[in-house]
Amino acid sequence: MTIVRSQIRPALVALAVLAVITGGIYPFLVTGLAQALFPYQANGSIILGKDGQPVGSALIGQQFDDPKYFWGRPSATAPAPYTAFNPDTLTGSSGSNYGPLNDALIGPNGSIQQRIRALHAADPTNTMPIPVDLVTASASGLDPHISPAAAEYQVARVARARGIAIARIRALVAQHTAGRTFGILGEPRVNVLELNLELNTLT
Amino acid sequence: MTINGFLQIALYLLMLVALVKPLGWYMARVYEGQPAGLNRLLAPLERLLYRLFGIQPDAEMSWTHYLAAMLLFNALGVGLLYALQRLQGWLPLNPRGFAAVTPDSALNTATSFVTNTNWQGYSGEATMSYLTQMLGMNVQNFLSAATGMALLIALIRGIARRSTTTIGNFWVDLTRSVLYILLPLALLVALVEVQQGAIQTVADYRAVNVLQPQHYAQARTDIAGKTITDTVQVTQQWLPMGPVASQVAIKHIGTNGGGFFNANAAHPYESPTPLTDFVLVLAETCIAAALTYTFGIMVGDTRQGWAILAAMLIVLVAFQCVAYWAEASGNPHIAAMGVDTLASNSNPGGNMEGKEVRFGIARSALFATATTATSTGAVDAMHDSFTPLGGMVLLIMMQFSETILGGVGSGLYGMLIFVIVAVFIAGLMVGRTPEYLGKKIEVYEMKMASLVVLIMPIIVLGCTALAVSTQAGTTNTQPAAHGFSEVLYAFSSMGNNNGSAFAGLGANTLFYNLVGSFAMLVSRFWLAIPTLAIAGSLARKKVVPAGPGTLATHTPLFVALLIGVVVLVGALTFIPALALGPIVEHLLMLQ
Repeated sequence: MTIVRSQIRPALVALAVLAVITGGIYPFLVTGLAQALFPYQANGSIILGKDGQPVGSALIGQQFDDPKYFWGRPSATAPAPYTAFNPDTLTGSSGSNYGPLNDALIGPNGSIQQRIRALHAADPTNTMPIPVDLVTASASGLDPHISPAAAEYQVARVARARGIAIARIRALVAQHTAGRTFGILGEPRVNVLELNLELNTLT
Repeated sequence: MTINGFLQIALYLLMLVALVKPLGWYMARVYEGQPAGLNRLLAPLERLLYRLFGIQPDAEMSWTHYLAAMLLFNALGVGLLYALQRLQGWLPLNPRGFAAVTPDSALNTATSFVTNTNWQGYSGEATMSYLTQMLGMNVQNFLSAATGMALLIALIRGIARRSTTTIGNFWVDLTRSVLYILLPLALLVALVEVQQGAIQTVADYRAVNVLQPQHYAQARTDIAGKTITDTVQVTQQWLPMGPVASQVAIKHIGTNGGGFFNANAAHPYESPTPLTDFVLVLAETCIAAALTYTFGIMVGDTRQGWAILAAMLIVLVAFQCVAYWAEASGNPHIAAMGVDTLASNSNPGGNMEGKEVRFGIARSALFATATTATSTGAVDAMHDSFTPLGGMVLLIMMQFSETILGGVGSGLYGMLIFVIVAVFIAGLMVGRTPEYLGKKIEVYEMKMASLVVLIMPIIVLGCTALAVSTQAGTTNTQPAAHGFSEVLYAFSSMGNNNGSAFAGLGANTLFYNLVGSFAMLVSRFWLAIPTLAIAGSLARKKVVPAGPGTLATHTPLFVALLIGVVVLVGALTFIPALALGPIVEHLLMLQ
């Protein structure tokens, strides 16, 4: 017991002092540096509209199901898709977590079939195969991106709904497509919210 | 599978191996108390800390003394984190006014973060105040990692020293790990994170107007007991905020893995770009890999470290390729619906359920295998939605008992125990007394090593059996074989201090919170006791000069033997359980 007793002071003081360093000084130092060097990113990459009001975050997706907008990934957040946080239900980011054989995923009334039906209903003449990311829920439920193939699948529908030439819409998609980082990392992707905001400025 | 996918794996491997020597050398200098660059800046602070602690930094400890200090420190850590969660409603830096966490959930989370597991039954953005995240989670991210590193250094000293009773000073090893290794690396990674788009603020959550308003139906029961369906309009989106980047950086560097947000590193505010994903995978593996070189320097033969690292990386890369193949092959049921699952430069393809577009299949598979191999447990994709074989790889990586890189410190001490077992088996084959680096491996060491090897499977399989045979353990699982996989995954994760989950399992229940706490505590601290006992016993021994019958432990032959022992012990123990879960599910999927 003398061994243990001799360690009580170092244990108490070490926990207190190291907690102040790693849980106080360190996060506030990073906050200070982040706010000074990268204020746009540190505060959530907020996109401002023409009137200076925030219209969303470049990193957090929003829900779209109007044919005149590009749709993002299906989202499994509760109580509504793309809920990054809900103060009443206290819910936030989440995937579906369905296993690969779960009926709720692949069944006749599963999330994938529902999404396929919605896409077909919005664009009955489109017979292209649907890219997989457009029917599967993202991990965060907030994925701001779709694949270039998923955007291409929707180009004709958006053009028709807005009465704008397909070529113009396609060019806009290309503008909002990011390639792999350094040509290697990750996947090519289209930012859905930024693209849709830009669509609304077309006449 | 695409060439690009393999390039991403190759690039990762290249960067990791390039970091091993410089980082490993630096850590050896730090632990041996030699100048290593940062000490000009930090040495005065270090000396001040020792004065405050009331310790003599050069007074060394026996293994029991070291153990007592470590256990006491970690017990107090559990108390602090528990108290913060229970009191957060009255404490500052709580802009959302989150109430106290329930006692069982708070206990589970406290043990989870102190044991370097970071299993999370709660949703971060909807439960924890900024103060709890910073002074609770963030602190244990540093301290549990530093504890693991200290224990490893003690074991290495036991192997390297001769005829002595002491194995170092816990407070010194702990302090140096934090000041010289974890803090500088965390600062660096945090700034990269923010530059790429991770958030870092203590301001309140903010609401923004959405471009296309939505509505959804919500059922409620009125006073008369009738069910009424309300239509709720959604015109705004709440964006959670917080000191995220600082916490994400250390949760990977310290192989902790507990996310600031529920979706962990899949959340765009935690890992906004493919580059941050790459950096986080590198961060969670670099210290564990580099410690093998530190080990080599401290025992005076760097070839020994490289041999162990080779065994680790061969297994890691082999399983990364299997996971990548499984996820790229995708789910045949989805392809059968006329969905395009073929990968190309415009389509990620494969099994995209539970994955983010910016990461795609290759990065998600790479991240998932690294996070389960290293005991990090962070996720950038939902493991529960992996294909059966992809998910099985993740189960196996955890069931390797943290030997494939493993947690910082705990990984290499776990692997060194398996090295001792491998040396012993080789000794049995040729009929000679086994020895490792000049130390005879005798009955006492083997008893302790057997304890380490056996405790984990007993905990994992025992708790799984308990859960699946009770109502409390099975109420919140998905149907059929997948439900069994979820339970097996939960206890493989908690029983190996990993922390990732098949998150479809509703685990924030009294049963999982309590049984899980037990599993995490045993697998962390009960394993530390025999490990330190071996350190103490080896330190006392004389060195036997190597003879013609000595097994060389730096050769490809030994690497193969070590892999064989790790795979056989892991595989033999868990194959029956895996057959009931992922293997059955895979066969059903192909039907």
